[in-house]
This record gives sequence, structure tokens and C-alpha cells, in this order.
Amino acid sequence: MTQINPQQTPMSKQEPQVRAKNFNEVGLGYTREEAIAEAKRCLKCKKALCVSGCPVNIDIPIFIAAIMEGDFNKALQIIKAKNSLPGVCGRVCPQEDQCEKKCILGVKNEPVSIGRLERAAADFGQDNAPVRGQGDKEKVAVVGAGPAGLTIAGDLARIGYQVTVFEALHKPGGVLVYGIPEFRLPKAIVEQEVESIKKLGVDLRVDQLIGRTFTIEDLQKDGYKAVFIASGAGFPKFMNIPGENLNGVYSANEFLTRVNLMKAYLFPGYDTPIKKARKVAVIGGGNVAMDSARTALRLGAEKVFNIYRRSRKEMPARAEEIENAIEEGIQMEFLVNPIRILDDGQGWVKGLECLRMELGACDESGRCRPVPIKGSEFILDVEQVIIAIGTAANPLISTTTPDLKINKWGYIEAEEATGQTSKAGVFAGGDIVTGSATVISAMGAARKSAEAIAEYLKNK
Amino acid sequence: MYKIVTRRELAPNVKFIEVEAKDIAAKVQPGQFVILRLDEPGERIPLTVADFNRSKGTISIIFQEVGKTTKQLGLLQAGENITNIVGPLGQPTHIEKVGTVVCVGGGVGTASMYPITRAFKETGNKVITIIGGRSQDYIIWEKEIGVISDTLIVTTDDGSYGEKGLATKPLEEMIRKKEKIDLVIAIGPVIMMKAVSHLTKSCGIKTIVSLNPIMLDGTGMCGVCRVEVNNETRFACFHGPDFDGHLVNFDLLMHRLKTYPEEEKISLEKCEHCRK
Ligand SMILES: Cc1cc2nc3c(=O)[nH]c(=O)nc-3n(C[C@H](O)[C@H](O)[C@H](O)COP(=O)(O)OP(=O)(O)OC[C@H]3O[C@@H](n4cnc5c(N)ncnc54)[C@H](O)[C@@H]3O)c2cc1C
Ligand SMILES: Cc1cc2nc3c(=O)[nH]c(=O)nc-3n(C[C@H](O)[C@H](O)[C@H](O)COP(=O)(O)OP(=O)(O)OC[C@H]3O[C@@H](n4cnc5c(N)ncnc54)[C@H](O)[C@@H]3O)c2cc1C
Ligand code: SF4
Ligand code: SF4
Ligand code: FES
Repeated sequence: MTQINPQQTPMSKQEPQVRAKNFNEVGLGYTREEAIAEAKRCLKCKKALCVSGCPVNIDIPIFIAAIMEGDFNKALQIIKAKNSLPGVCGRVCPQEDQCEKKCILGVKNEPVSIGRLERAAADFGQDNAPVRGQGDKEKVAVVGAGPAGLTIAGDLARIGYQVTVFEALHKPGGVLVYGIPEFRLPKAIVEQEVESIKKLGVDLRVDQLIGRTFTIEDLQKDGYKAVFIASGAGFPKFMNIPGENLNGVYSANEFLTRVNLMKAYLFPGYDTPIKKARKVAVIGGGNVAMDSARTALRLGAEKVFNIYRRSRKEMPARAEEIENAIEEGIQMEFLVNPIRILDDGQGWVKGLECLRMELGACDESGRCRPVPIKGSEFILDVEQVIIAIGTAANPLISTTTPDLKINKWGYIEAEEATGQTSKAGVFAGGDIVTGSATVISAMGAARKSAEAIAEYLKNK
Repeated sequence: MYKIVTRRELAPNVKFIEVEAKDIAAKVQPGQFVILRLDEPGERIPLTVADFNRSKGTISIIFQEVGKTTKQLGLLQAGENITNIVGPLGQPTHIEKVGTVVCVGGGVGTASMYPITRAFKETGNKVITIIGGRSQDYIIWEKEIGVISDTLIVTTDDGSYGEKGLATKPLEEMIRKKEKIDLVIAIGPVIMMKAVSHLTKSCGIKTIVSLNPIMLDGTGMCGVCRVEVNNETRFACFHGPDFDGHLVNFDLLMHRLKTYPEEEKISLEKCEHCRK
């Protein structure tokens, strides 16, 4: 047997000092040769554990074998049988916690870089025109064009259902277009993947806010035999600390939507403005916080602090993105909790008062509670504060759909295996069921629900 | 694409457009608004539905040209299209029979008030309407609103038409004369809504105002439209735009509206077709 390289083939990136000043993609992707070299590391396991780590069960060893032979078209085809958004997932999936975590090579060495290979398949492979399923089956409505909605639309169209997607914003993509920045996920990639779903015959309608333009019941009356709700979890949370409504305080959703969806970084070429600040504090420890901090830097900030109340170990953001952020010069402030935003006397932010924390008692999962250290107050000199502490469920659909059950946090109750809700013919999946999670878990839920909806309509 | 079928100039820099938007026309209720976007680089801006025709499938909008987007919108002619319109957004105004309702409209706020006034009238209320403007040229929708009001009072700041003074003046007099008022609706410049709310608070007359903070998505996703009502943060696009005027922090609203003065100036200066 030939010797296997214990380490992953590295992927080149833009240099930190350079990329911190532009919005171009940070990771440059493998070349074909690098992809083939990395593919050669895979053992093509008979019982491939990696597949069970992928929420949509891509046939990983098979697509990697195709790459090894240099057949990127075939690799893409294999992936697309299970995943309609490979260019997206190859870039933003937390692979280290999913497929790659289960890879057998990872026991002793570095796992196969499955995500980067998936991206290479999407970058180099040609998609032979996808085909719409035979026959005009029933009408199905999908609410929201994020990863969950796009996935189920593609899946159901492929088996012949007439699918209409209703999207509230003027562009499809959900968090992929309004939240995740260009430098991590170029919008052209999202557009391409949306186009390939449209080619399946999916009718994608923008500017349709369900709950207002139509209710779920209107859709049912209009002849949609099944409805899938994939409206995400986009109601921003605030901290309820003094000063939160001062000018210069943004929710991460607002900040990122201005920059990504509305392209405020190109202002005045694009009309939507954004305040460019010299010193910025971002509050939170997830991907959303990392994206906000790195965006603020790219807008020209001299200093960006990331405030997190626990330690690095507890940060929910992807490891790679935390590293990228630090390399670019984001200053991490761990074990720090904001308590007040200071007013400059004119109604604008002048600083952020914080308290230092220490880790107290830990729960079974090893996550420890931060407790404040008395008398440790200090003030960070900033003129902009971005709050990225998470989102809640938007109550619009639940309050306008009487018999739709929600849990105590407002998320829609749905059976895990099928997405079936308390209302007949209505299914749900993605962040609106689980709360903020990941792109691929939203897609996984959609895939399961596609099967359940097909089953439901057959038996109807 | 949403086609403009009628376009008219109502006052200097105030325009009326009627737009084909079948789904919105079918659903919209008084007090609701839409968000539109003119083209790819365009901003999303909120505008109230000033009227609707369910059978024709159209909605009407009355807007004041104050910056880049509204000026650009003002240049569109009948037959031309608006790229994106989403709606109806916000909670409808709560309409019920209460007795006597005084509707106070200032500037283009008068247009926003029109469908609300009509709904109160149709529900069997006695409706007294006060509309105010800077001068005669700025009094809009007088005839239309007159038809649906039991009494119509017009005021101008400079006295060039109707009574001289602010729109709050006739209301003040009614209160002084202890006329029976069960509800006040005020829509217009923030400063006017603040004055009306201040006036009615002292005598305990319930007052509803329609808030107009900066908005982005209009669905509850971004939080830019947050306002303070009874010391709690509310999203105007979702919980509003109507709120109890006695509980609103108007100063905060005015301040937050001034987030982007420099940028708005740059946008307008850069916009060549806005300069005619
Ligand atoms: C800034 C940011 C960075 C992230 N980074 C990562 C990452 O690196 N990796 C990862 O795996 N995950 C990441 N996530 C999480 C991931 O994006 C989400 O878990 C995923 O997008 C959820 O998909 P969804 O389809 O359920 O919802 P969403 O993507 O939220 O899409 C919901 C769609 O529904 C629309 N909608 C909402 N309400 C209505 C309505 N009433 N009517 C019609 N349409 C409606 C919305 O406009 C939206 O387009 C990130 C999230 C954010 C915010
Ligand atoms: C619910 C609601 C209903 C409204 N209804 C009407 C209406 O019926 N007729 C009408 O003339 N105006 C209405 N407005 C105000 C209108 O939205 C603004 O005049 C418009 O956005 C200005 O855009 P601009 O690019 O022309 O001007 P800009 O130069 O961008 O701004 C001028 C001023 O308008 C305000 N503004 C700017 N951007 C926004 C935004 N995205 N959202 C809200 N306000 C903003 C700011 O105070 C700013 O100083 C309404 C606002 C809200 C929130
Ligand atoms: S979709 Fe995500 S989890 Fe599945 S194989 Fe690709 S990178 Fe791994
Ligand atoms: S577990 Fe690792 S080595 Fe085995 S097939 Fe999957 S990627 Fe290849
Ligand atoms: S406009 Fe974004 S939440 Fe109201």
C-alpha cells in the first residue's frame, strides 16, 4: 500500500493583510491537481463512516473516487443526487463537526478534506441540465427560499410536483444572501445554485410575505395540497441593556443585510447606506459574530473587538472562521459581558461598558457558566456596537395560522422524521423548527420532509 | 414588476401613483404599508397604501420627494414599472365604533390617513378631520377626505388657506370647549404626532399615531425599525406602525431618523437624473 499523507492538502487563501481590506473570497479553493491529490488520501472505505456524519448522506467515497480520476462532472452529479447546494455546503458546512469528524483517517491523522473536495466538484464540474420529474403531480407551496426551502423545492420538482416557493425578500437564498458575507460565500455561487433549481421548473416568487400577502390557509384554499414552512429564525434578539437604541447600535441582521443583500459596501454605487466606524465592538461568539466583526473590518474599521462572555473553547463559531478572524486582526475579548452602551450626549454610541467574567459551575456537556467578577467594570472605547447574540422565531406565521402548534420558544412543532406539523398538510423544517442551526441541517430536514410529503400526497 | 397605471402631481414634490399589485390590493387593510425597490442598486423604502381598489387590483401611494429614492420614483411615468413591491406590511389599524373620532393629518400623512378615516366613517363613527400643511399648495387630498368626513377643517401654517396655524390648533379648541372626543388618530411629521399626543394626554383622550422609522426588510428580521413604547422596544414594521401616542418615545424616533444625513446627501448629489 502506498503511504498516505497524514496531513490535508492545504488550500490557499488570500493573505490576511490583503483580504482584511476587500470583500473577495478568503479561501481560494483547490486547483484540480490539489483536489486530485487530496482525493487520493481517501481510503474508499466499504463502510464509510463519513457518510453517516453528513446530514444528507452524500455518497462521499464515490464522489471522491470520481475526483481522483479527474472526473469532476461525475463527482458533481453524485453530490447533486443528495445535495442541491454543493457550492454552498463545500464552503460553509461545519465539516469538522460532521462528515470529517467521522472520517476514519481522522483517528490517527487529519481527516480527508471532504468539504474542500465538495467545493472543487462544484467549482470545476459541469452540471448537465437537471431534469424535472415526469407528470404534473399536485401543487406544493414552500414558504421561504433559504437552504431548507430551496432543497425541498428541488427535491419535489425532480419527482414531478408543481412547486411554488414564496419568498419575502426580493432575492432568494435566505441567510445565504442576506447573512453570510461575500468573502465567505460569493453571491454568484448562490445565484448559480438557485438557477439550477429554477431549471427544474420551480416557480420562485419573491416579494411574498406569508402571513400577510397570503396566509397558510389562503395557500391551501388556492389548491396547494401540501405546504412546507421554511421561514428560518430571523427575529433579532437584543440584550435589554441601557443604550441599545442609540444611533450606532446595529443588530447583526441589520448590519449584515445592509452589507450583503443591499450591498452597502458599494455605497454610493448602491443606495443603501451603512455607517463606517473607526472602532467597533461585536457582541457574541457564533458565526454571525465572526461575520459581523470581519465585515466591520473590511468596511474600514481600525479596531474591532469581539466580546464573548465565555472562553474560546465554548465559542460556537467554526474553528476555521475564528482563526481567520484572529489572523485578520480582530481583537478577541473573552470572558467579558457588556452591561451598558454609553451615550456621547448627542444620542450616538461613545463606548461600551463591560464586566469581566470567570467560568463557574459546568454542566454535563462541559459548558461552564460565566459569572461576573465584582468590581471589574471597564469601558471599551468604541463608536459602533453590533449585537450578534442570536435570533428568535418570527411569530408572523404562527400568529396568522390558528391551529399550528409552537413550542415555548415560538418555534414550530414538527415531527423530526417527517416535518409534519399539528396542521394537516402542513410541514416545516430548518431553523423555524430547530432554532438557528446550520445550512446542512436545514437541508437535511427538508430532504426528509420531501419524502414525507410525497408519501402523504400519494396516500391522499 | 409592478406597473404604474396612473400618475399625478398633487403638490410641489408630492406625487400620487396607482400601481397594479393584485395580491396586495386583495389583502391590504387601512393602516398597512408596502416596501418597494426601484432597481438593482436601489434601497428598500416603506410607503403607506393610501388607497386600494380590490376589483381593479391596484393600490395607490402618495409620496413626498425627500431624497434619492422618492425623487427617482417621482420620475417614473404611467406605463413604467416598479421592480419590487412587498406587502401589505404591518398590523392594520384597529377600527371599531367608538363615537366621535378626530383624524389629524399633516403633510403627506393626510394620504396615509385617508383609508383609516374612511373605515372609521363606514363603521358608523362621527368623523372630524383636520388636515394641515405649510401653505395652500401643500394641502392634499382635501376633496377626497372631505367626502368621507362629517366635518373637515383645513389649516395652513402661513394662513394662505383655511385657518392659520398648526393642525393641532383646532383640536386644542375642541378640547378647550369640552367637545366630546372618543379617539384621536394622528398621522404626519413626528413633531406633529408628538404635539397631538401631548395635548390629548393631559385630558386622557386615547390617541393612535402611525410611526415612520427607518426600515429595511419590513418583516421583523433586522430590528432597525425599533421604537420605544411604554419603555419597551418594539419593531414598528411588525408590532406597528400604529401605537398608543401617549406611550411613544418621540424624541428617540426623531433622533433615529437622523442616522444617515451625510449618506443621504451623497446619494442625492450623485443621482444625476434626480436633478432636473
Ligand atoms: C451571519 C450568519 C452566518 C452563518 N454561518 C453559517 C455557516 O458558516 N455554516 C452553517 O452551516 N450555517 C451558518 N449559519 C446558519 C444557517 O445560515 C442557517 O441555519 C440556515 O440558513 C437555515 O436555513 P433555513 O432555510 O431554515 O432558513 P433561512 O436561511 O433563514 O431562510 C428563510 C427564508 O424564508 C424567508 N421568510 C421568512 N419568513 C417568511 C414569510 N413569512 N414568508 C415568506 N418568506 C419568509 C426569509 O426571507 C428567508 O429567505 C449562519 C447564519 C447567519 C445568520
Ligand atoms: C411605515 C411607513 C410608512 C411611510 N409612508 C409614507 C408615505 O405614505 N408617503 C411618504 O411620502 N413617505 C412615507 N414614509 C417615509 C418614506 O419611507 C421616506 O420618506 C423614504 O424612505 C425616503 O427615502 P429617500 O431615499 O427618498 O430619502 P432619503 O434621503 O434616503 O431619506 C430622507 C429621510 O427619510 C427617512 N428615511 C430614509 N430611509 C428610510 C427608510 N428606508 N425607511 C424609512 N424612512 C427612511 C429618513 O428620516 C431620512 O432622513 C413612510 C415611512 C414608514 C416607516
Ligand atoms: S454537505 Fe456538509 S456534511 Fe455533507 S459531505 Fe458536504 S461538507 Fe460534509
Ligand atoms: S471515512 Fe474518510 S477515508 Fe473513509 S471513505 Fe470517508 S472520507 Fe474516505
Ligand atoms: S424593518 Fe427590519 S425589523 Fe422592521
